[in-house]
Amino acid sequence: MNTDNNRRRVVITGMGVVAPNAIGVSAFAKALQEQTSGIRFDPQLADLNFGCQVSGTPQITEELLADNFTPLQLRGLKASGLVYGVIAGKEAFKDAGLEIASPEKALSEMGIIFGTGQSGGEKFREAIHLIDDKKVRRLGSTSVIQTMTSGISAWLAGELGCGNIVTSNSSACCTGTEAFLMGYERIAAGKATQMLVGSTSDSGPYIWGGFDAMRILPTKYNQDPENASRPLSEDAAGFVPGSGAGAFILEHLGSAQKRGAKIYAEVLGGAVNSGGHRADGSMTAPNGQAVQDCIHLAMKDAGVTATEIDAINGHLTATSKDAFEIKNWSTAFKLKGAEFPFINTFKSCIGHCLAAAGSIELVGAVLQLKEQKIYGNSNITSIHPEIMDVIDKKSFPLSSKYVDLNILAKASFGFGDVNACVLLKKYSS
Amino acid sequence: MQENEIQEALFKIVKVYLPQDVKESAIQLESHLMQDLGINSAHLVDVVLDVEDAFDITLDEKDMEAMKTVSNAIEIVTAKTAS
Repeated sequence: MNTDNNRRRVVITGMGVVAPNAIGVSAFAKALQEQTSGIRFDPQLADLNFGCQVSGTPQITEELLADNFTPLQLRGLKASGLVYGVIAGKEAFKDAGLEIASPEKALSEMGIIFGTGQSGGEKFREAIHLIDDKKVRRLGSTSVIQTMTSGISAWLAGELGCGNIVTSNSSACCTGTEAFLMGYERIAAGKATQMLVGSTSDSGPYIWGGFDAMRILPTKYNQDPENASRPLSEDAAGFVPGSGAGAFILEHLGSAQKRGAKIYAEVLGGAVNSGGHRADGSMTAPNGQAVQDCIHLAMKDAGVTATEIDAINGHLTATSKDAFEIKNWSTAFKLKGAEFPFINTFKSCIGHCLAAAGSIELVGAVLQLKEQKIYGNSNITSIHPEIMDVIDKKSFPLSSKYVDLNILAKASFGFGDVNACVLLKKYSS
Repeated sequence: MQENEIQEALFKIVKVYLPQDVKESAIQLESHLMQDLGINSAHLVDVVLDVEDAFDITLDEKDMEAMKTVSNAIEIVTAKTAS
């Protein structure tokens, strides 16, 4: 348990998700169980001559939009990340059985930390064209909310009536995992009772273009999208761009028990750090020592040892860095070969959802604890030899199966040499 | 354009921006857009853009300030479309 006895216990009482392969928590559980791919040919990327013409884009229907937005809210709404975040955030809130604030008074004990990389690239593009045409007054009233980074947290705060901290963090691929930890810490420190935490990421060429330009996306699978994302595999050829949102209600255990709320899992603790672009770290590469330090700090914070950890949900994006990540886990845990716990990644089915990666994958990780399952890794032709040098192939389940899971580690490692690691525990009352 | 056509078009525009607790029947000629119909100031900006698009006119700062009620809007649109 937590090393700090003054720290309050925190549990997960609600979840929501908008993922490339499913929308809604129960559909996502089924998709992960069945290893359903959400990677599709993307005609817009093809029209724009992208090298990579596949993406993991959530399939949002008109019906889903009508369920989550008023006709007025939908007017001129072009920020896909905002749409995903609102849908996931509202699902988590509803799932937790919480009630929206009365019209007169905000919920002072409930806050929001909902991150994103950027917001509304498509809307921003529209605004830029109008401004350059000297028509700034034609922007209307929704340009600000759709393009500001904190648009998602502000929107959800208004819908739900949250009166505690309301903010949006941003740390590239770590954003979701970091938001989760920040919300946890706030409740643990007694500064809030419930926190809606998560992250979201836009779809489309204006967010993915920079990665295509860096030539780190796969280009040989445009006619074979479901095979494009190949984490852990010897023939991994880059990450598939994805998008979506994941959301959680974190809650003080005492409050959850008092409400008789459903509890998915307990949050034991975690850590965030940065390699500072030193040693082997850079803007785009992780500093291995810092990754190991982050894992150590997380274990110390949570009061668990490496041998107690049953499974890891890795960052594992399907680039040449996958083997380096495995080596860092192995070194941090001081465990090799068959001693190493299960490890998996959902990116083979959903791609790399960038700022939303941590939160979407955390939803899957929590589902694994709740259902006592490990979901299979897809698209491994043969495991990368440098990985096989470190750990046993039994650590990588290729299909989903029931296993005993007590403690699970989830990590995200991001652009800018930033790291985040969370430790979760099965909850039994 | 006839005044009743203008009125009908304006009612249709305003309707979109009503808060959920204000009924469509609340829109009357003398309704104050903000005070009676509860349209917030940010949305007034959008009402003005919709009016411009619907009647193919441009509203300046002075027109926007004068457009407090539905009938104010009708007067402004009538004047602009007549010229």
